Amino acid sequence: MPLIKNDQLVDDPWYVLDDEGAASVSDDADIVVSYERWTKDRESLVSRNGRLGVKLSSDQPPSLIEDDLKHLDLVAVEFPRFTDGRGFSYARLLRERYGFTGEVRAVGHWFRDQMVFLQRCGIDAFEADEDRALVEWSEAQREISVVYQPAADDRSWVSRMRSSASRTARYQAAE
Amino acid sequence: MYRYDEFDHTLVSERVSQFKGQVARRLSGDLTEEQFRPLRLMNGLYLQLHAYMLRVAIPYGTLSSTQMRMLAHIADKYDRGYGHFTTRQNIQYNWPSLDQTPNILDELASVEMHAIQTSGNCIRNVTSDQYAGVAADEIEDPRVYCEIIRQWSTLHPEFSFLPRKFKIAVTGASTDRAATRVHDIGLQMVRGSEGEVGFKVIVGGGLGRTPIIGPTIREFLPKKHLLSYLEAVLRVYNQLGRRDNIYKARIKILVQSAGAEEFAAQVEEEWAHIRDGYLQLPQSEINRIRSYFAPPDYEILPAIDAEHALKMSEVPEFASWVERNAVAHRQPGYAIVNISLKPIGGIPGDATVAQMEIVADLAARYGLDEIRVTHEQNLVLPNVKQAELFAVWQKLAQSDLATPNLGLVSDIIACPGLDYCNLANARSIPVAQNISERFRDLERQHDIGDLKIKISGCINACGHHHVGNIGILGVDKKGVEFYQITLGGRADDGAALGDIIGPAFSYEDVVDAVETIIETYLAHRESDELFNDTYARIGPQPFKEKLYAAH
Repeated sequence: MPLIKNDQLVDDPWYVLDDEGAASVSDDADIVVSYERWTKDRESLVSRNGRLGVKLSSDQPPSLIEDDLKHLDLVAVEFPRFTDGRGFSYARLLRERYGFTGEVRAVGHWFRDQMVFLQRCGIDAFEADEDRALVEWSEAQREISVVYQPAADDRSWVSRMRSSASRTARYQAAE
Repeated sequence: MYRYDEFDHTLVSERVSQFKGQVARRLSGDLTEEQFRPLRLMNGLYLQLHAYMLRVAIPYGTLSSTQMRMLAHIADKYDRGYGHFTTRQNIQYNWPSLDQTPNILDELASVEMHAIQTSGNCIRNVTSDQYAGVAADEIEDPRVYCEIIRQWSTLHPEFSFLPRKFKIAVTGASTDRAATRVHDIGLQMVRGSEGEVGFKVIVGGGLGRTPIIGPTIREFLPKKHLLSYLEAVLRVYNQLGRRDNIYKARIKILVQSAGAEEFAAQVEEEWAHIRDGYLQLPQSEINRIRSYFAPPDYEILPAIDAEHALKMSEVPEFASWVERNAVAHRQPGYAIVNISLKPIGGIPGDATVAQMEIVADLAARYGLDEIRVTHEQNLVLPNVKQAELFAVWQKLAQSDLATPNLGLVSDIIACPGLDYCNLANARSIPVAQNISERFRDLERQHDIGDLKIKISGCINACGHHHVGNIGILGVDKKGVEFYQITLGGRADDGAALGDIIGPAFSYEDVVDAVETIIETYLAHRESDELFNDTYARIGPQPFKEKLYAAH
């Protein structure tokens, strides 16, 4: 499945390994495993050459892998239904609490109109199954230019902009 | 009143454009109804029994006359000539067409209003005390913090897909007129040990099918930590709230199952990580927003206006309206005027175009341009000079807006019920109308005194029946409407849930049952005892005997 990453539609370089599947992939391949598989095969997974990602289901909070993040280049956060918003919190915790700088990927069910929220929470890769996805993504990003609250992105929020605007005004007045 | 700055304007107008695009995608068939549903719900658009219903936010129940005129204009142009004020201080339009909704939102945006987050599993319109800013018993105007919360919660990226809807109420007064104990979060402004003002935090109250009086999880929260603490509560809830059963998804269920202490500990643990971060409220922002809510320039007036006193003695109808519907103002010579939207036999909370326009005119001319919507589905002019009460009363009376029944038996809260709502099991509005007609004699109402009747057409309890002194819940028994009655509830200080008195009554019998309950109360009442006090003293038995004697 293609990915939206950095505003581009790209081929997914990651290989998703199921729980039973023998590691028939090459030792250099980048693989994503379930949290269960990660806890079971931790030793052998860490000793591979390829990069490693773990997929969290919606009832697996990132605190479970807090100490493992140093081994990981990707965490996939699952949205089993678009109404299940736990992943929004998980993504923010990964970024803001645990300082994870690798890829945080949204997998499962979400829709175009949630993408900006996902991005603000720290998701930086979306599995996309249609050609239209990139167009939608770029439309969605342009819809709302103002944010009222800090999140895991680097956008400045309104109350901060207000106070810096008033500081600037005071500075100019002082001049 | 709060005024939008460039940021607020930009957000609301961009949100309207975004919704326009979503409606266009729906109308072109690009989106199925199923895909469109979550999008329209994020913007207050429901599909009801007969038509779409649009719920417009009235943040903390405060309106200017210009805004009220716009609400009238929308009712006139896009609806059927009326609007319905709700228990959450919002207004609902019952008959808009889908293709017109973006135009309605455009018009609302022109007067700094919107329908953002008036539905959906997100943080809803923040409600407050209808007397905020003018109440004599107030520590501080709670609307400052309502507005801060409104902004923080608007399009919150993390909390827009919660397990269930989330309602926050804030009060700054010692009398709780905002029903803070039956909200997902209730905030009561209190003084700390050194006199500084902060919040008592109540979490996990609510009505619906599992009514719960919310426990306090923090006795004192400094103001600057308001948003970080709310974010901690929401983050715990977003992760741990149940998502497998819609009826167990509200935060109250989580708080009950974890226990209030354990839940509070989880919040504190989360809060410790974020309390000193970006969400700390700068005093400059508090001050900026507070400046919008600064008291108006009141005139220095005598506490008693001579002309007013004369009119009171000359015109008994006026006097009875003043005594019932006007409330003491903090500023000498001014009064708080309650405008009853409960005329005898009327639909609770409904206002016609003409009535909304009259209220707007009165606010502009006599009310320092402010109007409030109450959670009891009435309107308020919070700033009227005593000397002008007579003129205001005359104008209101001409438009059927001067029924002197505030807090009386005919001042009924009722949900839309089966007349509009596709969740309802039974009608609410005609039951309210029939009770009101039965007690149409105002002298009899005054003799009965303060008594709160609240009616819901289904177990979701939009009519707050659990906290009515007399609560009425419509249920469906094999296709027939029945009404279960509870006694002894209250929503204010000392909030309590009513007890079910016995088997339900048919639609035909429910008004008789209410009358029997009231007659029983009057027979047992000692001096000025309120209904709940009599009920507490004598218990349910005397009521049961009268109600079920013939059965």
